[in-house]
Amino acid sequence: MSDFDGNGCVGNGDALVRIRDLRFCHGPRVILDGVDIDIPRGKVTTIMGPSGTGKTTLLRLIGGQLKPEAGSIVVDGKNVPTLSRKELYRLRRRMGMMFQSGALFTDLSVFDNVAFPLREHTELPEEIIRDLVLMKLHAVGLRGARDLMPAELSGGMARRVALARAIALDPMMVMYDEPFTGQDPITVGVIMQLIRRLNDNLGLTSVVVSHDVKEVSAISDCIYLISNGEVVAKGGPDKLKSSGSAWAYQFLNAQPDGPVPFHYPAVGYKEDLMADES
Amino acid sequence: MANQRLTEIAVGVFIAIGLAALVMLAMKVSNISALTERDGYEITAKFENIGGLKVRAPVSMAGVHIGRVIGVTFEQETFTAVVKMRIRAEYDKLPLDTSAGIYTSGVLGESYVGLEAGAEEENLIDGGEITLTQSAMILEQLVGQFLLDKAADE
Amino acid sequence: MLNWLQFLGRGGLDFFERLGRGHMFIVRVSAGLPGLFLQPRLVIQQLFSVGVLSLQIIAISGLTVGMVLGLQMYNTLVDFGAEDSLGPVVALSLVRELGPVLAALLFAGRAGSALTAEIGLMKATEQLSGMEMMAVDPIKRVVAPRFLAGAISLPLLAAIFSAIGILGSYFVGIGLLGVDSGAFWSQMQAKVDVQEDILNGVLKSIAFGVVATWIAVFEGYDAVPTTEGVSRATTRTVVHTAFAVLGLDFVLTALMFGGE
Repeated sequence: MSDFDGNGCVGNGDALVRIRDLRFCHGPRVILDGVDIDIPRGKVTTIMGPSGTGKTTLLRLIGGQLKPEAGSIVVDGKNVPTLSRKELYRLRRRMGMMFQSGALFTDLSVFDNVAFPLREHTELPEEIIRDLVLMKLHAVGLRGARDLMPAELSGGMARRVALARAIALDPMMVMYDEPFTGQDPITVGVIMQLIRRLNDNLGLTSVVVSHDVKEVSAISDCIYLISNGEVVAKGGPDKLKSSGSAWAYQFLNAQPDGPVPFHYPAVGYKEDLMADES
Repeated sequence: MANQRLTEIAVGVFIAIGLAALVMLAMKVSNISALTERDGYEITAKFENIGGLKVRAPVSMAGVHIGRVIGVTFEQETFTAVVKMRIRAEYDKLPLDTSAGIYTSGVLGESYVGLEAGAEEENLIDGGEITLTQSAMILEQLVGQFLLDKAADE
Repeated sequence: MLNWLQFLGRGGLDFFERLGRGHMFIVRVSAGLPGLFLQPRLVIQQLFSVGVLSLQIIAISGLTVGMVLGLQMYNTLVDFGAEDSLGPVVALSLVRELGPVLAALLFAGRAGSALTAEIGLMKATEQLSGMEMMAVDPIKRVVAPRFLAGAISLPLLAAIFSAIGILGSYFVGIGLLGVDSGAFWSQMQAKVDVQEDILNGVLKSIAFGVVATWIAVFEGYDAVPTTEGVSRATTRTVVHTAFAVLGLDFVLTALMFGGE
């Protein structure tokens, strides 16, 4: 691991999430093996890596939806894998998560989707819930779309509603699962701006999982590069580009060939072509 | 919330129809009256042979249904069948010497207990016993008897 | 031969594994049932989509089955001059067997498959995951109200099926074939017992309701979260419910009516 500690990865005070020696297997396949990550308070931290390297798995581990084989995940002083169900649920109320698909409840309107966590977890009267929901929807620019059903929303709008829902309970941390994937440039710009602005204005801690190098570099304070279940490099966006790792270079500069070969492992080309003649 | 109201009304209608169907099955289709016979009184009768008599078979007098068989047991000391019957409360003036017989409605019909009034002044009370009984006619025995008689004649 | 044995063993292990998961699942669902008294609205919503929306198919099928039964039974009974027994014959077969069983099979096709698809799709679109991350237990919030609604609906639907079926045979028997109306009802009332027949039929349909809904919600919750996985789960719901209901029907019939 080439350690390029840009100042972005050092937060003010202790880290909000401290992951040590994390190991997670899916069946016989090792997804994460000995991962150490610190997510500083008040910053936007991005976890990057190629598809299928367990980035989303990492978010689910932080949220306690999956249990690791070994290692610790300490969120705000609590070790997630050892929490009881009740404690875990209490912790989750202070975490928001925006899923890749938005994960809006299809049978509820936009308004009711955002109101859902408030109605489930608070005893607030309906007028106050209405005010809170409209505030959150206003923050993502969709106050006017409150009566639409999720089926009537575009992909980008669905993600913004999901974001409004994620911050409904004023969490300490928001996790974004692939927020840019499959969106048009305007939507990508809107989401980038939202992540950065909400983080700074609401005093959140943001964790983004993505493989979109350009967008991530623009909004992140700290980037972790993960490959083959290990942290390959970490640091601020500028420092990372000049990282000594050949793999990081290939990934960040989108080179087709390099440490990750273009060809799937195979026998020699010539041998293969001649093979059926024998 | 007009939608919610409609939903609630529809569910209310559904549950009402379902309960109505249950009530119809209980009242119109089945003999709910069998349950009201609970408030009658019980009498017993001993038979040498009850043939095909079953629990819940009707008990009738002069062709009118006045009660039901509620239990059939075998008494080992006397080798007889003890038939327990419940008679409706309104028929409480059966003479003490009433006789009972087991008959069949039609050739293939079900068995029932037929009661025939006696002449005593006193009446049967709860737990009373009918002493005059006539066993069921068993078709096979009758045929056998008939054949034996025929053979003896020749 | 060995391959065949391995196949058999594999199948058996899979079966018991699923059975075990199904039982653990139902325990978790049951734990969520008491909480529903605080949120009756959730159950009412599901009673609508599970019960009310199944009414149409249940009513039409009940009517048709009753009419056909009336017609067929009449043709046989009239040969023995026993057409007065049409009432009890139709009523007993509907109340004891056809009502609960056919209603359960139709229920599996109409409501069960819809429940599986709905829960499966919520899983595939990460709605269940999202709910969990919002510290709301999807088993309590999504599965338990659907389970309760299904278990309440089927006994009512089965009773409606039987009642409409009897009316259907009444119309055919009295209206078309000229059976005596008085004999139809009085014979029926003489032969059908409240406890022995009606109550046992209702108990059967309660058991079917629990099993059919259990299978439906479990298959949905356990579905592979892809389009194909959900469609397979939906098919499985209908097939497994049919097997379970028919098998259970035999066992229950043997227990209830078997030994006189």
